Amino acid sequence: MSALAPVLEPLTVLIAEDSATDLLLLSTIIRRQGHHVLTASNGVEAVDLFARERPQLVLMDALMPVMDGFEAARRIKQLAGEALVPIIFLTSLRQSEALAECLDAGGDDFLPKPYNPLILAAKINAMDRLRRLQATVLQQRDLIAKHHDYLLHEQRVAKAVFDKVAHSGCINAAPNIRYLQSPYALFNGDLLLAAYTPAGDMHVLLGDFTGHGLPAAVGAMPLAEVFYGMTAKGYGLTQILREMNAKLKRILPVDMFCCAALLCLSTQRRVVEVWNGGMPDGYVHEVATGKRTPLVSRHLPLGVLSAQAFEDRTEVWPMALGDRVFLLSDGVLDTADANEQLFGAERLQQVFAANREPDCLFEDIEQALAAFCGEVRDDVSMVEITLQAGQSMRATGPLYADSGQSCPLDWSVGFEFRAETLKRYNPLPYLLQLLLEIHGLREQSGALYSVMAELYSNALEHGVLGLDSRLKRDAEGFAQYYRERNERLMRLNSGYVRVQVQVAPTVTGGRMSLRIEDSGPGFDVEQVLARPLDVDRLSGRGLSLVRQLSSDVRWSDGGRSVCVEFCWEALA
Amino acid sequence: MSVVSEVSLDGTKLTIAIKGRFDFGSHQIFREAYERFYKVPDVYVVDLKETTYMDSSALGMLLLLRDHAGGDDAEVQVINISSDVRKILAISNFDKLFDIN
Repeated sequence: MSALAPVLEPLTVLIAEDSATDLLLLSTIIRRQGHHVLTASNGVEAVDLFARERPQLVLMDALMPVMDGFEAARRIKQLAGEALVPIIFLTSLRQSEALAECLDAGGDDFLPKPYNPLILAAKINAMDRLRRLQATVLQQRDLIAKHHDYLLHEQRVAKAVFDKVAHSGCINAAPNIRYLQSPYALFNGDLLLAAYTPAGDMHVLLGDFTGHGLPAAVGAMPLAEVFYGMTAKGYGLTQILREMNAKLKRILPVDMFCCAALLCLSTQRRVVEVWNGGMPDGYVHEVATGKRTPLVSRHLPLGVLSAQAFEDRTEVWPMALGDRVFLLSDGVLDTADANEQLFGAERLQQVFAANREPDCLFEDIEQALAAFCGEVRDDVSMVEITLQAGQSMRATGPLYADSGQSCPLDWSVGFEFRAETLKRYNPLPYLLQLLLEIHGLREQSGALYSVMAELYSNALEHGVLGLDSRLKRDAEGFAQYYRERNERLMRLNSGYVRVQVQVAPTVTGGRMSLRIEDSGPGFDVEQVLARPLDVDRLSGRGLSLVRQLSSDVRWSDGGRSVCVEFCWEALA
Repeated sequence: MSVVSEVSLDGTKLTIAIKGRFDFGSHQIFREAYERFYKVPDVYVVDLKETTYMDSSALGMLLLLRDHAGGDDAEVQVINISSDVRKILAISNFDKLFDIN
């Protein structure tokens, strides 16, 4: 016994042997080694006993009456399933084919007669090690599978929440947006958001978080909330950008950030305003001339800089109806071929040049990518927005959840916004929130916001800053206008815009008059109103819009003061 | 991929050289390259001479290094940049945060 390897734990060993003498001999040896023994005298008994008692190891005589050891071994292996039940064939056979057949039938080893107790014990121990190894592997596999299922379930739940947040805008509803997003795992590191402002402009964000999956989605949620919430309330790009940057800076780890391009497309003003931090060049496509103006990344991505250092400077480009804005993620440009050559911006330009049917641009790009690398990558995002007429201004319904028990109907309020405030504060969202306390006005919130925005920017740009809208007669002058606007605003140290709101009940409902005054030199109202409205002209849209949307517009004080009125019927 | 870090004789400059791909796989080893030095150097230099590829998580790692080196007061130089890497840094405008030449 002392020569035998120590037994780790006693096993139950099934011995199938038709010779009673051999059976007795083997049983004695194995019991002495510390194991339990079950005995069978043919294959059928062995299979039955295995099914009933589930022994951990089998010693199987090859040649037996009723059912031989080969057949019994096959059946026992089938019953054992994935668990390893080692079968050691006991055989007096000497030919190689017969020994090989033992292993082919599912045997794990064989032991030639006559039996050597030392070899038998060593083989049982060796087989037991294998058996334990297999059991451990199976147990770990099942554990991994369980964890994996759990993770997938969590991701599915998170994705359901994420989809609600990220796709609650107008990305699928707006007829003028086309996009293509390929999923990476369950989440995409790329984020595409779109929503209407109260004035009917469209905000679009294409973002790309460092990393993929859950970490990217975690950052995407607050970003989407800020984007939708502030867009619906009438905030401009710069305020939204500041808020998004500050929020991401606060919550993301240092090495995570979000490259983003944010657009504001205005059909009314025929412009697109752009901020690009870390995304590849987008393009404004002038359909009439075929010209493509690149929208270049001028800033660090969101979530990198502190609020003080953050740059919110945007660029403004003119657009005609039918012109398109195209944005893409770096997945497109970073698609690599077999030699690790990148697709790159130049090949994209070639696709642009070769594109004959603008509506097939995505397909053309996908085909070019596929031809380049053999397959399209799985983290490619593209979006194209066409400037279209007729986006109606809608009441911003879901913002207001109060029941309307206390609707103020007889009041007035006045504000004066001075130089330091004009530089960096946009009072319009606040004013809109205030005016929408009046339930009768909510139906007209879109028109109200548009008129307010137009009159405020007239007062600021033409009044306080003294900019001449005639600068905006062509694309170059247009760019110059917005450069001047930024420069003059930064230098501003005096001047004001005053806003006066008067609300009074009438017999049928109510009336709100809004007066906006500025500190500028005023203008010749009659002359400006007499100018013909030229559809191709980039300037002068504001005043005609104001006159269309409000029931009464009057200028006074040499053009320095303007008053509009909105009336409403009492709600039933 | 390998990361080799070396301190100048006077101990004021730490140079970290990245060979091969600079991506998420280098995260741990890149951090160790600057965190294991007890003495804080004045200047950090990231040498990309033998870097073949760089992705956005590598940009994140540069931000981690900058944060470790003192944030806005940090002096982090990125040297020996290939034209592909230069494009990546230019799109992200990382030249506003790092001394890139």
